[in-house]
Amino acid sequence: MTFTLDAVVADRGLDVSLTLGVGETVAILGPNGAGKSTLLSVIAGLVRPDAGTAALDGRPLFHLDGGRTVWTPPHRRGTALLAQEALLFPHLTALDNVAFGPRSAGAGRAAARDAAARWLAEVEATDLAGRRPGELSGGQAQRVAVARALAADPGLLLLDEPMAALDVHAAPLLRRLLKRVLTGRRAIIVTHDVLDAYMLADTVVVLEAGRIVEQGPTREVLTRPRSRFAAGLAGLNLIPGTVTAAGLLPDQAGEGPGGSGAQSSPVTELAGRHEDTPIPGQAGVAAFPPSAVSVFPDQPHGSPRNAFAVTVTDLEPHGDQIRVRAGDLAADITPAASADLSLAPGVRAYFVVKAAAVAIYPA
Amino acid sequence: MAALAVVAAAFILLPLAAVVARVDWPNFLPLVTSDASLTALGLSLRTAAASTVVCILLGVPLALVLARGEFPGQRLLRSFVLLPLVLPPVVGGIALLYTFGRQGLLGRGLEVAGIQIAFSTTAVVLAQTFVALPFLVVSLEGALRAGGQRYEAVAATLGARPGTVLRRVTLPLVLPGLASGAVLSFARSLGEFGATLTFAGSLQGITRTLPLEIYLQRETDADAAVALSLLLVAVAVIVVGVSYRGPGTPSAAPSRTPNAEPAEATR
Repeated sequence: MTFTLDAVVADRGLDVSLTLGVGETVAILGPNGAGKSTLLSVIAGLVRPDAGTAALDGRPLFHLDGGRTVWTPPHRRGTALLAQEALLFPHLTALDNVAFGPRSAGAGRAAARDAAARWLAEVEATDLAGRRPGELSGGQAQRVAVARALAADPGLLLLDEPMAALDVHAAPLLRRLLKRVLTGRRAIIVTHDVLDAYMLADTVVVLEAGRIVEQGPTREVLTRPRSRFAAGLAGLNLIPGTVTAAGLLPDQAGEGPGGSGAQSSPVTELAGRHEDTPIPGQAGVAAFPPSAVSVFPDQPHGSPRNAFAVTVTDLEPHGDQIRVRAGDLAADITPAASADLSLAPGVRAYFVVKAAAVAIYPA
Repeated sequence: MAALAVVAAAFILLPLAAVVARVDWPNFLPLVTSDASLTALGLSLRTAAASTVVCILLGVPLALVLARGEFPGQRLLRSFVLLPLVLPPVVGGIALLYTFGRQGLLGRGLEVAGIQIAFSTTAVVLAQTFVALPFLVVSLEGALRAGGQRYEAVAATLGARPGTVLRRVTLPLVLPGLASGAVLSFARSLGEFGATLTFAGSLQGITRTLPLEIYLQRETDADAAVALSLLLVAVAVIVVGVSYRGPGTPSAAPSRTPNAEPAEATR
């Protein structure tokens, strides 16, 4: 009893293979335009892929790879879609919105309303039952929309950035609600927010330019990211390279850390601690948090330290610290230190990180 | 700028005021309740209602196909549907005559089957439908395009068959658009003159609708014509009031993001 998908949408550059077990929730992460929403549309049957095959619990959703073509229309897929906006039917009350799925499945009016009332209670929205969507706040509407999607009893629930349109007060409430209702339920959630992935998903898939660049258990992907995007989400600096006995030899500059202007010195080996037994020559990444990075005006000497010659590109507040960005690298320092160093975009400096703070693992 | 706007407004309001000023008020009631007037008025209301029904029956599927379908020749079809809006009604009448008339394209077959349409009340309804249909199609297609696809997609993923989506989501969403389209069609039918005269003639009680009656009365009894004109002006004012709620008020199309703005608990 699994969900399997293999789909190519040529004009949007999407080419993805995906498998979900029973009760598994997967978070799809990725930059804008990576094809996350297209992927959901393909699964829901709103976009027809050029090739591929998909099945949900043994029922084919589509089969477009030669042989007999199968195309199951959206209403027979059992893949309810919850979008950024609640999209509650404006002419129906909250209760009748939730009853829409059961009614469409053939339930009588009374039975459908009973089921709807139960789902509204499940999302703690019983008191909203008689309201029209126009009388609901964004957070309330999205809660009702969650109940409506669940009431349709989907074999696979699709969530397309359900928190994105909510304000800072409504989002945490809905996230807690989703955590409760998604437990043990099979769902795919597209999100920008690493917190969603941590709280809601068992596994993470990172999509970039229509391809899966990384996938695995949420904690593993976010603590040991292999793709730049996942590292950025996890708030880690990430340097790809080749594993050596003592550390990692970064890939040649150009693509290297610091972007333009960085890495003026020849590429040198990075010292770090190996998470696994090192296999020299293997492709690997070095990851370290910005809080472990110190900034110096001149190249420091001594101790097992790593130094990167960089040009500061940006300064931004980060909590009570200042985040200093230099291309792809970031360092968190105190405002006082930043003032002492007279840091500003264009200033050359050295990012220094202790070997003990650098985690190296195969990619 | 403002002066020209005043001129424009006066250009529309002045003639209406002129009609009101010219009405023979002491005899107004007898004039509009004469036998001929009441017969014409009754016929007008009946035929306009009938043609509005036909417009809805034919116009809804057409608007759905134009707004939701995707097929070769769609743009061309849309242009042709709009044609009766710009065509002189008398030309429409001639076209109908050569279609449904005794010697017409379909008329010959209908004649053999014992059905005669030209110069009958049916012809009046057909002429009115011909000129009024675009109003309904345009207004409904606009409402369909303004939104709804995303609601329809959500409804489908919730398990609703296409028929259910149409009945429970699409049509309720465009109901305001359909209503204003129907009111406009009714008004256009009520005012139909050229195509009716050409295709249906002017037989009292059978094809002589109110506009035809006014035209006829003008020759013999100008006071009656003015009184009846005022009646049609009143009907037109009511129709505009009902169908046009002006910008800023919620009308035909559902707003694009009805749930986006926080409408904090109002009750």
